[in-house]
Amino acid sequence: MKKLLLSAILAFGIVTTANAEVGETHIEDFDFSFEGPFGKFDQYQLQRGLQVYTEVCSACHGLRQVAFRTLGDEGGPHLDYETVKAYAASNFEVYDAEKDEDRPAIPSDKFPESGLENAPDLSLMAKARAGFHGPNGLGINQIVKGMGGPEYIASVLTGYTGKEKEQAGTTFYENTAFPGGWIAMSPPLSDELVEYADGHNNDMYHIAEDVSAFLMWTAEPKMMARQRLGLISVVMLMVLGVLLYFSNKKLWRDIKRKS
Amino acid sequence: MAGIPHDHYKPKTGMQKWFHERLPIASLVYDTLTFPTPKNLNWMWIWGIVLTFCLALQIITGIILVMHYTPHVDLAFDSVEHIMRDVNGGWAFRYLHANGASLFFIAVYAHIFRGLFYGSYKAPREITWILGMLIYLMMMATGFLGYVLPWGQMSFWGATVITGLFGAIPGVGSILQEWLLGGPAVDNATLNRFFSLHYLLPFVIVGLVALHIWAFHTTGNNNPTGVEVRRKSKAEAQKDTVPFWPYYVMKDLFALVMIMIVFMAIVGFMPNYLGHPDNYIPANPLATPAHIVPEWYYLPFYAILRAITFDVLFLDAKFLGVLAMFGSIAVMALAPWTDTSPVRSGRYRPTFKIAFWILGFDFMLLMWCGAQPAEGLVPLVSLIGAIYWFAYFLIILPVLGWTEKTLPVPETIEADFDAHYPPKSSTVK
Repeated sequence: MKKLLLSAILAFGIVTTANAEVGETHIEDFDFSFEGPFGKFDQYQLQRGLQVYTEVCSACHGLRQVAFRTLGDEGGPHLDYETVKAYAASNFEVYDAEKDEDRPAIPSDKFPESGLENAPDLSLMAKARAGFHGPNGLGINQIVKGMGGPEYIASVLTGYTGKEKEQAGTTFYENTAFPGGWIAMSPPLSDELVEYADGHNNDMYHIAEDVSAFLMWTAEPKMMARQRLGLISVVMLMVLGVLLYFSNKKLWRDIKRKS
Repeated sequence: MAGIPHDHYKPKTGMQKWFHERLPIASLVYDTLTFPTPKNLNWMWIWGIVLTFCLALQIITGIILVMHYTPHVDLAFDSVEHIMRDVNGGWAFRYLHANGASLFFIAVYAHIFRGLFYGSYKAPREITWILGMLIYLMMMATGFLGYVLPWGQMSFWGATVITGLFGAIPGVGSILQEWLLGGPAVDNATLNRFFSLHYLLPFVIVGLVALHIWAFHTTGNNNPTGVEVRRKSKAEAQKDTVPFWPYYVMKDLFALVMIMIVFMAIVGFMPNYLGHPDNYIPANPLATPAHIVPEWYYLPFYAILRAITFDVLFLDAKFLGVLAMFGSIAVMALAPWTDTSPVRSGRYRPTFKIAFWILGFDFMLLMWCGAQPAEGLVPLVSLIGAIYWFAYFLIILPVLGWTEKTLPVPETIEADFDAHYPPKSSTVK
């Protein structure tokens, strides 16, 4: 009856067939620090990513699910409270329903929504896109190569070929990672577009990587806590499993005439 | 059929007697826990406990999630994100609940196929089997209703496609569909009634599970030999069985912990692996996803639904697909009557074994087909898979019963057990 068990396990593998992407796209495998069961967010990378988002992406894209205060959370960018307060107030205005006017943002506010109608909100983008669902939609790449969504974002940001076309009054840009191959977003990044205070490499590849890591955090802010839960429960259950294994063996010993 | 003879609860102290005469609940618990269980059960008999655990897990995590969830089209998606971000431990409860559904279905499929292989559905366990099928149907309904609640793209479009199935029924279809949706399309009324039913059905399942357990505690468990426990006397029955407590409680707990290790690893390290990325995009009635697929546990039946691509006489393909989908579960429920073999367990049925494993493969193949876009070879493969599914229950099971040459079946459970664990000459009990 092991085969039945095996079938059940196989069912897992087949699942993500569901997510087979349409069209031929190329997703670059970035090596993020948070991949794998022991992966961690690099708080300095998240801070750089926040800077990229603020200086570049936020012109069009919102982060409506993310509260400014969470920028101070452990397992995230982990900025201190004063920095968060200053960051919110100096970069964003929000609408205050009570006063019926715009005012500078405070930590308990959320990031604004997208300013541009066709620009999707980025809060959950890293979970709303699948990077690796191959081969044949079996989802094995996702396990072998790590997450997926952040790779997709970084691949789109760096996947422009330079070709453009006009269609019904809109300019489309050829992109090797975007499904269908043509994207309405103009190439947002270029080398040395932002200046990092920590002197980190700011070529386009690294900027894309940093902002993708940041967006993984906005999509899954509790990832570090989640992985800790996973690790602790697996270890504790293993200990319990060993105890139960021997208890069970001892219990059945007489019945199975093994004593 | 007379039950398996065993010791019953006897109130000892005055207090126990007083209580027992008024409400014999201690007796119920005692008799349930000490129920004589065949001593040769293998590891495929652990899924019942796993399923009970899943039901409890889903209800407990679900009740907590409801405390923070808002069933309204404008608020549902954000309230789920509120759970993920602001509620203490909310992300853990949601991931446990979402992946708990997958564990539930893995366990139920293992449980059903176990029953199919060992002939657990055969007389006198038909009622247990039918109740099990009803539980499975309720699980499918509950899972589907629950998947709609986060109000993501797949929630919305899944609801649109599945309720559309009812619209395919000739004559009453469109009325029925509108009645299900609470309006002409999937909208707030739909979300609200789905929420209400998603909360209700698990408790219906609890009731059905109680009946399911009651039924097989009346007939006794099946076991890998398919041979009944001897029940002429208590002494005879004791040679074939051990009390459920502590023997199977301990074994099942061990198995449950092993499964929980894998489950918690998925919850902790890859909780979105079994979900669909599109469901992290808020529902948008104006944008259809490239490719609408149900959750993995519906895929085999979704493949059967899509396998019918041709009209027959006055019935159109869509309606036939719906009939085939529900029919594929109905024929499973008929197995106690279509299986004509006098031998219960597949262990002693060499030809049946082949047909059974093909059915298992067929199930996997249909699952794969259900996830693929319906193009190229997929509809044809789905059709062949669907035909085998029906043929297994309606042709192979009855015919094999008449034609198959079966292997000798052990006289008693004790004989089978002794063959595995030979009695030491001096210590025969």
